[in-house]
Amino acid sequence: MAERCAVVGVGQTLLRSKRDDVSIPGLVREAAKAALADAGVGWDDIDAVVIGKAPDMFEGTMMPELSLAPALGAVGKPMFRVHTAGSVGGSTALVAAHLVAAGIHERVLTVAYEKQSDSDAMWALSVPQPFSAPLLAGAGGYFAPHIRAYMRRSGAPEHIGRIVAVKDRLNALKNPYAHLHLPDIDLKMVEESVMLWDPLRYLEACPSSDGAAAMVLASEGALGSPAFPPAWVHGMAMRSEPTMFAGRDQVSPRAGRECVADVFGQAGVTRPREQIDVAEVYVPFSWYEPMWLENLGFAEPGEGWKLTESGATAMDGDIPWNCSGGVLSSNPIGASGMLRFLEAAMQVRGQAGEHQIDGARLALGHAYGGGSQFFAMWVVGAAKP
Amino acid sequence: MSGAEAGTQPVTVLETPIHLDYVFTPGIAQSIFLRGLARGVFLGQRCPTCGKVYIPSRGSCPVDGVATDEVVELPDTGIVTTYCVVNVPFAGQAVEIPYTCAQVLLDGANISFMGLIQEVPADQVRMGMRVEAVWVPPDELGPSLASVKYFRPTGEPDALYESYEEYL
Amino acid sequence: MSAPARRPVAVVSFAQARNVRREASRNEVELLMPVVSEVFAAIGASKDDMGFICSGSTDYLVGGPFSFVTALDAVGVWPPRAESHVEMDGAFALYEAWVLMQEGAIDAALVYSFGRSSPGDVTEILALQLDPYVTAPLWPSPVALAALQAQALIDAGEATEEELAEVAARNRSAARANPNAQVVSDASPEELLADEYVVAPLRRHALPPITDGAAAIVLAAGEKAREWRERPAWITGIDHRIETHALGCRDLTRSPSTALAAERAGLFEGPPVDLAEVHAPFAHQELIVRRALELGDAVTVNPSGGALAANPVMSAGLIRIGEAAARIWAAESERAVAHATSGPCLQQNLVCVLDASDGAVVGGGA
Repeated sequence: MAERCAVVGVGQTLLRSKRDDVSIPGLVREAAKAALADAGVGWDDIDAVVIGKAPDMFEGTMMPELSLAPALGAVGKPMFRVHTAGSVGGSTALVAAHLVAAGIHERVLTVAYEKQSDSDAMWALSVPQPFSAPLLAGAGGYFAPHIRAYMRRSGAPEHIGRIVAVKDRLNALKNPYAHLHLPDIDLKMVEESVMLWDPLRYLEACPSSDGAAAMVLASEGALGSPAFPPAWVHGMAMRSEPTMFAGRDQVSPRAGRECVADVFGQAGVTRPREQIDVAEVYVPFSWYEPMWLENLGFAEPGEGWKLTESGATAMDGDIPWNCSGGVLSSNPIGASGMLRFLEAAMQVRGQAGEHQIDGARLALGHAYGGGSQFFAMWVVGAAKP
Repeated sequence: MSGAEAGTQPVTVLETPIHLDYVFTPGIAQSIFLRGLARGVFLGQRCPTCGKVYIPSRGSCPVDGVATDEVVELPDTGIVTTYCVVNVPFAGQAVEIPYTCAQVLLDGANISFMGLIQEVPADQVRMGMRVEAVWVPPDELGPSLASVKYFRPTGEPDALYESYEEYL
Repeated sequence: MSAPARRPVAVVSFAQARNVRREASRNEVELLMPVVSEVFAAIGASKDDMGFICSGSTDYLVGGPFSFVTALDAVGVWPPRAESHVEMDGAFALYEAWVLMQEGAIDAALVYSFGRSSPGDVTEILALQLDPYVTAPLWPSPVALAALQAQALIDAGEATEEELAEVAARNRSAARANPNAQVVSDASPEELLADEYVVAPLRRHALPPITDGAAAIVLAAGEKAREWRERPAWITGIDHRIETHALGCRDLTRSPSTALAAERAGLFEGPPVDLAEVHAPFAHQELIVRRALELGDAVTVNPSGGALAANPVMSAGLIRIGEAAARIWAAESERAVAHATSGPCLQQNLVCVLDASDGAVVGGGA
């Protein structure tokens, strides 16, 4: 039977466009040390290290966990490397949590990072292959047509994306770690920003960031004396589906729907909008908020944009999404998913500072990747499950 | 900077150029598709289990996990299921911005692929628009998607939304 | 130290591609698809029986990002599946699946791995595993690093070039019985010593071949395992450990991470193993791993021919587990140990103990 598992320590680096003040080992260590301090434990208290990041080509290093082992205190311990595309930060946390839930280890350090400024991410994502057409669309060009399909399907007016772009950037002003701090952001500024991939404007897309996230996960018998109460894992799930196949719903992928059904089922969540107090959801392009609202069952199909428009997902709404500023404000790709999981834990531990939702008891952390085909989610709560 | 000063400055950037050469293997199924392009025709493959036609086929049905070995020749007409207008310059770009990048569903295929739409202003491209492939001149045809110059509108009436809804 | 009892999980099916120097016509998906079909067909199972899927591969072998994404098409993950990927040898993907199965909710899992070393220059590519600031820019080849290790072993008086030739001769002669092997040879150690040095003290025979390959395994728990396999290979213990990356900080003649993983996997408790499949890409590494695993002379080592007969990077470790399990199914072994390695000079090691009996399952843990 599965053991209970809790987050007892969290740490993240300052998320910036270029962290040239630290090496890669320095970056991951910054997050890891913060997580250990928050948990009130030392390197020797850690049984295993689980690390994740997006493609190795982002930094030009192959299987970097090998060279990072000493910096993360992993020598003599199990060190494990996860890579599941954009969802990797979430799946990495889940692999670590399973080590605790399965009773293999008592205390696991999990870390995710990306140092995008070390190379050209756009290049790393599109290594030219022979026989292919010349590069057509670039990164956002993959998702923009699906956004258009959502707009057509739901009849959403075009200003909805701008609402999300403003809301998440205003939230980021309350998060000192966030990369983008745009105090003057408003709907007009978003509307006037350059159109990149019509219908997607510059300020409706995520930045490219350097950064790392880390958590200490512990079994019930090894909670120790953390600085804040533990965030208990109430449910966790991963789901994948193929990138493309006939009749695939790329707007609301079935893997996402089934993943959230699994994770809510474990956590006893039947009415998410009422029961989930706060959610950190992977929204790299503004329109993905209304799309995921529907995919995750917070709104009926075609109704997600109305929830966004009503202000329900703002910090003072009834279901705040991405109080940290989310991926729209900071995107160290490999770490972005873990930051969602970590921020969800911070909320139920009551340690989110200015972007804290008072009294948050149950939170959703969500990550997705690939062509909207890999999903990782967890539900964490203040109460022991 | 003197040697002594240099010794106290942190190194913040270290350039390590990496150059690796690879021999790329498209595979059996993709080779069929590419050889079709060299003749100016679209060759897809049908899944023996679900009957869906994939183009380009990667050799297996992603749903059933079985080999797709029946080759199906498709016409070079189809519809735009959805699209975006690319307005961002980036390295490796082959066309002048702004241009329209669309998901094109060939008639008889069950999967769309990304194609360039030309001969129509970007703001006049629509979901459901009928398009046809424009090939490079015969002497420039080769086993590459570059054999398709672009797609252009045929002028036929748009397809009904319901007819391609499931491909979004 | 004895770890707590674990849920009995067994290796019940194993398939691999025929290992070749260069798979010239098929891409990764086409290489993998028949392997996945075979691993299911052998036990009458299907993807619908799998509660979890986990794979191991690395993008740098392919030369493009997200190579594991298209590989999923070889399985057909529809309806959506619980699925994950490690940028590690498939043996570690098997470890992740084993961990999830310990929680009791999943009774069967598919594990696979793939890698073609032929598209690029694998000796250049592997240099990118090294510390990116001070070591990788020097582009040391993995053969040169292994040679440093071999020389250290010889200097310590713990191996001779004759012994390296004996290891190579035995592995490649055993490979005669392995229909999937790439390099087989009946050459005697004396004949092999006539080989020229590639990087002294390593002669040609002490190096692994360059291989394209893929492999898959099905894990099953409890009754499900017995349903699919009359004599399942029960995983009685599995653990992995890593050492520091800096070669200068390691005693290259020893593999403490292998020894520790073996101890945690319960290898030194209970009856001794009669068979070992050791992932030693270079001949001298088999000597180091044998010592760390405390294998006696009575133990049959690498009846498959090991990595010296075929070294599909990212699959060679998973294949060791499959080869060892197959001997248990065939009643050629009662208790076996499989080993997988990663990183330069045996930096990271996994040890899996397999048993014909599902008694006392131990392993892993703090």
